[in-house]
Amino acid sequence: MTMSNILAMLVSALGAQNAAQEPYSGAPALRVPAALFVRAAELLKSADSRLCAEWAADDTAFGRSFSVWAAYNRGAEYIVVTSDLPKDAPSFPTLTKHYVAAYRFERQIMGLMGVKADGHPDMRPWIKHEDWPADAYPLRKSFDAAVALPRVEGRYEWIKANGEGVFEIPVGPVHAGIIEPGHFRFQAVGERILNLEEKLGYVHKGIEKRFESLSWEEGARLAGRISGDTTVAHALAYSLAVENAAGFFAPVRAAWVRALLLERERMCNHLADLAAICNDVSFTFGYYQFGLLREKLLRTNHRLFGHRLMMDRVMPGGVSVDITDGGEGEIIAETGELMEEYERLINIYDDNPSLKDRLYGSGALSPAKAKDMGVVGIAGRASGQEVDARRQYPFLPYDAVIPKSIVLRSGDAHARAWVRIEEVRDSARLSLELLQKMPQGKIFATPPALVPDAKGFSAVEGWRGEIICWVHAGPGGKPNRCMVRDPSAVNWLALEQSVKEDMVPDFPLVNKSFNNSYSGNDL
Amino acid sequence: MLRILHQIFRTGIVTEPLAPEEEKSVELVGERLEEAVRKVFEGSLTIRMVDAGSCNACELEIHALNNPIYNCERFGITFTASPRFADMLLVTGPVAGNMEVALKRAYDAMPPPKLVVAVGGCAYDGGIFGKSYASKGGVASVLPVSAYIHGCPPTPAAILTGILAAIGSKR
Ligand code: SF4
Repeated sequence: MTMSNILAMLVSALGAQNAAQEPYSGAPALRVPAALFVRAAELLKSADSRLCAEWAADDTAFGRSFSVWAAYNRGAEYIVVTSDLPKDAPSFPTLTKHYVAAYRFERQIMGLMGVKADGHPDMRPWIKHEDWPADAYPLRKSFDAAVALPRVEGRYEWIKANGEGVFEIPVGPVHAGIIEPGHFRFQAVGERILNLEEKLGYVHKGIEKRFESLSWEEGARLAGRISGDTTVAHALAYSLAVENAAGFFAPVRAAWVRALLLERERMCNHLADLAAICNDVSFTFGYYQFGLLREKLLRTNHRLFGHRLMMDRVMPGGVSVDITDGGEGEIIAETGELMEEYERLINIYDDNPSLKDRLYGSGALSPAKAKDMGVVGIAGRASGQEVDARRQYPFLPYDAVIPKSIVLRSGDAHARAWVRIEEVRDSARLSLELLQKMPQGKIFATPPALVPDAKGFSAVEGWRGEIICWVHAGPGGKPNRCMVRDPSAVNWLALEQSVKEDMVPDFPLVNKSFNNSYSGNDL
Repeated sequence: MLRILHQIFRTGIVTEPLAPEEEKSVELVGERLEEAVRKVFEGSLTIRMVDAGSCNACELEIHALNNPIYNCERFGITFTASPRFADMLLVTGPVAGNMEVALKRAYDAMPPPKLVVAVGGCAYDGGIFGKSYASKGGVASVLPVSAYIHGCPPTPAAILTGILAAIGSKR
C-alpha cells in the first residue's frame, strides 16, 4: 500500500519508532505513545486536517487497559490515531486546544467511559445527565447495562450572562411541535440572541452499549435505528465497518443497490426538510406540495422494498432486496414525473419574496467558523466546506457514479435549503445513472466471522452528512465496541454558533435549516 | 400567484379514505371513554406528542398525518404545543431515563381524561433498545396506556386508525 500524505507526514514527524501502523481496515491507523496523542493532533491540525471523531475503548477483555482513538480527514484521506492508556489512571491530554469538535467528544468520553481528558476546559458531563451517579460509566466492561440507574441529586451549571436587560429563555426538552426533545437555553437582550447553549442527551438510550450485547447481524437492525430518518446510511456505515473488520467486500451489485437506497433516502429527507422550512415561514403551499412528493417516494419504497423508510434492507454482507426489471421501470418513470413536478415547485419557491426575506442571512455560519468546527454535510457545504464522504471516501460505487460537488458560501438558512434543492436534483440523476449501469450478480454473501481484536472503520455520506462508524471485535470475535458518530454530533455545535446576533423568533427556522438529529447525537 | 393556483388545481384533492385492515395494528387496553366524551372527541381531538426516546422514525410517520394524503384534520385532529390543552398524549420511543421526568410532567399537566396512546414497537416494550440503564422500556412502565399502535414505525394510516380507535370513533 502506498503511504498516503498525512499518514507519511505523521510517521516522519513522530518517528517510525513512535508510529506503528495497524493492519488496514477501512482507513490507515497509527498507534502512538499516549504522550504523543496530542502531538499527532497538533501536527494534523497544522496540516489542515479535520478531526472527525474521538472516542475511547475498554480493552480490558484482552488484558489491556483503555485506549483513546481519533479519526481525521483531509481531502480524500482518512486516518485513525490511537494510544493505549495507563491502567491505573486512564487519561490523555485534551485535544481541545487544537480542535473545537473535541469539546463534546471528550466530555462524552469522560462521562460514559470514565477516561479523563486532562486539561479539558469544561468538566461537565455530556449525554450523562446531572442526576446520574457520578461513577456510572456505562461503556466500561465492568458496568452491567441491565441494572437500572438510581437517580441522584444533581445540578447542571449553565453558562450565565449578566448585565442590564439580559434575560434567559429556557426551551425544552419537550418542544412545541412533533419533534425530538432537547434543551436550549438562550441569553438574550430584547430580541437579539447573545448566546445559545444546548443541553442534549434526553433521548440517550444506550445504543453503543447495546451493540455489545447483540450479534454482528442483529447490530445492523440497531444501526438502522440510531437515527430513523437516516436508517439506510447508518446501516450502511455499520455494515461497511463490519465488512472492513472482516476484510470482506459485499457483492458488487449489493453496493450499487445500497447506493440507490441511499440516494432515495437523501431525496425523501431533503423534500421533508424543504416542506418543513416552507411551513416554518408560513408558506403552507410549499409545505403540502413538497410533503406530497416525499410521500410518493415513500410509497414506492414500500411497494418495491417492503418498507417506507427502507429499514433493515442493508446488512453486513449486502442487502435483502434486489431491484427487479419491473421495479427499475417504476423508479425511472417515478423519478421523471417527480422531477417535473419538483422543478415547477422550485420555480415557485425561488420566486417567493417572503421566503427570501426569512431565509437570507438567518443563522449565518461563516466558512471560517465552519472549518474551525469541522462542520460536515449539508451545513458544511452551505458554509463553503468541500466535505462529502461520497467524494472523499469513495466507497463503491461512488468511484464510478460521481456525485456533484454542491458548495455555497453564504452559510445561512437559505444556503442550507439551497444545497438540499440542488442535491435532490443530483440524487435523482445519480439514481437513474445507478440503475442504468447497475451490474448483475448476487446481492448478498455471508461475511466471514470476525477474528478477536479485529477493527473496522467506515465513513458514509448520509443525507445530513458524514457518518463515522468504528467497530472492534472482542475475544471470540463478538462486538467489544461499536462507536458511532452521527453528523449531528458536530453540527449541533455549529447551530449554537450560527444564531449569535440573530433574532430569537428566527431560531426555529434556523434550527430546521440544520435539522440535526437528537437521537443520532444522544445515542 | 397564478402559478401557485395552477399547481393547486393540478394537484386536486388527494386525501384517501382509511382502509379497514389498518385496524390490525391497533390494540386497545384499559377503560373505554364515556359516550358523551367520545362524541366530543370525535369531532375535535387535540393531541400533544412527546418523543420519550424514539429513533425519530415514528415522528416522521406522525408528521405525515398532516400531509394532504392522510390529512388528519378532516377528523378534527390537531396537534398542540401545550399539554394543558391536550386530550391525548401520543408517545413514541422507549422511555429514556433522561426523558422520564419530562414525560411525567407533560402527563401531569394534562386535563382529564388524559388518554395515552403509545406509538411503535419501542413504546410497547422498548423494542430493539429494550430495558437498560438508559431505557425504562415501554411507555406503560411510566404511564397508564389506553392504546398501542404496533409497527416499527407504524404507517401513517395505522397511526390515524389507532388514534380514532382510542377515542372509540365510529368514523
Ligand atoms: S418503534 Fe421503530 S421506528 Fe419507532 S422509535 Fe422504535 S425503532 Fe424507531
